Amino acid sequence: MLRGLWTLTWLEIKIFVREPLGLIGTVGVPVLAFVIVGRVLGAGSAQPDSPIRGFVTVGFPVFVSILIAISAVLSLVTIISIYREGGILKRLRATPLRPYTILGAHVLVKLLLSAGTLLLMVAAGKRYYPADVHAPMISFTIALLLTTSSVLSIGFLIASVIPTARFAQPIGAAILYPMLGLSGLFSPLSSLPPVLQIVARMLPLTYAVSLLKGIWRGEAWSAHITDVLVLVAVALCCTALSAKVFRWE
Amino acid sequence: MPQVIHVAGIRKTYGRVIAVDEVTLTVEEGEIFGLIGPNGAGKTTTLECIEGLRTPDRGTISVLGLDPVADAYALQNRIGVQLQEAQLQKRIKVWEAVDLWASLYRTAVDGNHLLQQLGLADKRNAWFMTLSGGQKQRLFIALALINDPEVVFLDELTTGLDPQARRAIWDLVRGIRARGKTVFMTTHLMEEAERLCDRVAIIDHGRTVDIDTPSRLVSRHCPERAVVVTTRSNTDDDAFSRIPRVTSVTRADGEVTIRGEGDDLVANVIECLSERRIRVTDFRTDVPTLEDVFLKLTGHSIRD
Repeated sequence: MLRGLWTLTWLEIKIFVREPLGLIGTVGVPVLAFVIVGRVLGAGSAQPDSPIRGFVTVGFPVFVSILIAISAVLSLVTIISIYREGGILKRLRATPLRPYTILGAHVLVKLLLSAGTLLLMVAAGKRYYPADVHAPMISFTIALLLTTSSVLSIGFLIASVIPTARFAQPIGAAILYPMLGLSGLFSPLSSLPPVLQIVARMLPLTYAVSLLKGIWRGEAWSAHITDVLVLVAVALCCTALSAKVFRWE
Repeated sequence: MPQVIHVAGIRKTYGRVIAVDEVTLTVEEGEIFGLIGPNGAGKTTTLECIEGLRTPDRGTISVLGLDPVADAYALQNRIGVQLQEAQLQKRIKVWEAVDLWASLYRTAVDGNHLLQQLGLADKRNAWFMTLSGGQKQRLFIALALINDPEVVFLDELTTGLDPQARRAIWDLVRGIRARGKTVFMTTHLMEEAERLCDRVAIIDHGRTVDIDTPSRLVSRHCPERAVVVTTRSNTDDDAFSRIPRVTSVTRADGEVTIRGEGDDLVANVIECLSERRIRVTDFRTDVPTLEDVFLKLTGHSIRD
């Protein structure tokens, strides 16, 4: 039942914007980081043989994009925990709202926010980057939304089992950020010790990084079918699992 | 009177904890029905089972002829709910909450009119977090009434409010009844139950102990009452002792305390005083309340 979904989504966006710290953290920081790095390193990477060119033109945009996804997820985990602790979820459940409409609205808010932040980041930082870099923005946005959905489902699973709001943010961060370290974003997977390579292959962010990097470079979707399948599978599994263990109060 | 709520033998346990053991009650259309009992007696669990938020382990519940769990969505359009200690989003505005709730139901009353009736018109644009306790509760009443429900559930509505706010809320609840709606409420305040409820169910340790109007509960369980007469004339205590159903007459410092049973005691004492032309300087009665009934039936005070 979609009754209330749009009202609730729009309302949650307005409420989110009213919280200055949350807005700065999830939108301001990635955009600012992108602009600053672009200003400092952009000119130096203009030469095709520049050693930092790979990082500036591919690695860093992907890094910031994933940060956008992770901060969206952490914010979702925290909001869900606060809503549960404050009885807001329970109060909403005592209306004709279907439970999944409530959670769906939050997912929509986060996806819209991620897409918005990404576009803002690219718009603000574009002029500092080498002119010959043309990332396919529509494909990349879709790839980032897929990544965000997948990580959101992990976030839901975390939010389902975390006992109190106070632990939501740190536990979420402790699970998601190490995944990023092994994702192949900072050093190629092949340079990791064999054991860590195996671990990295089991982490969903590894596939997200591979997909985002490829799409940003202009590779075709068909080259990343495995990445897409893994991300979709993670999203489905974690959503199904959290549906089983989710606590409303 | 048609029955609106019918609860038969429900039980709800959480692991080894028995929250509700055996609750049976019926609520009639248009009455304010109160569920009273000490904290932890199972009031809220019972209420939330009736609202469809929890599924009882056994027993049956019917509200407006519907099963609260199986027909949850059909039922939620016809009932209004206020939950104990609920919160809303800190930065949601009052009108936005009313607007959201109105969008969720098939039918909705005019939100602005409702806010006006509840004295929240000038708080329309205030964030939820800036409202006082009484204002929050009035907003929750507004949300419970937005769909023009047939039955309204109120859980510990006035807990934590100051006396003025409490009295204002009582008037609002009477207003809900005046519009023909049925109110089902829980409270641990005996005074609230006595003043507001048409009938109350006393529950303790998850079991219904007795159900009736507050005054009938008092005369059934606590028929003893006392009349204290202050007089300077040297009266004959035997005259009082001969009043029907008087159990004791004691005298101390010019005060005569006449204890007895039954609703006629006070009238009989007055009659006796006027027949014998006894000059009285003070006269008061000591009539038991719902709280005395509660103490007697459950063996412990409401406040522990």
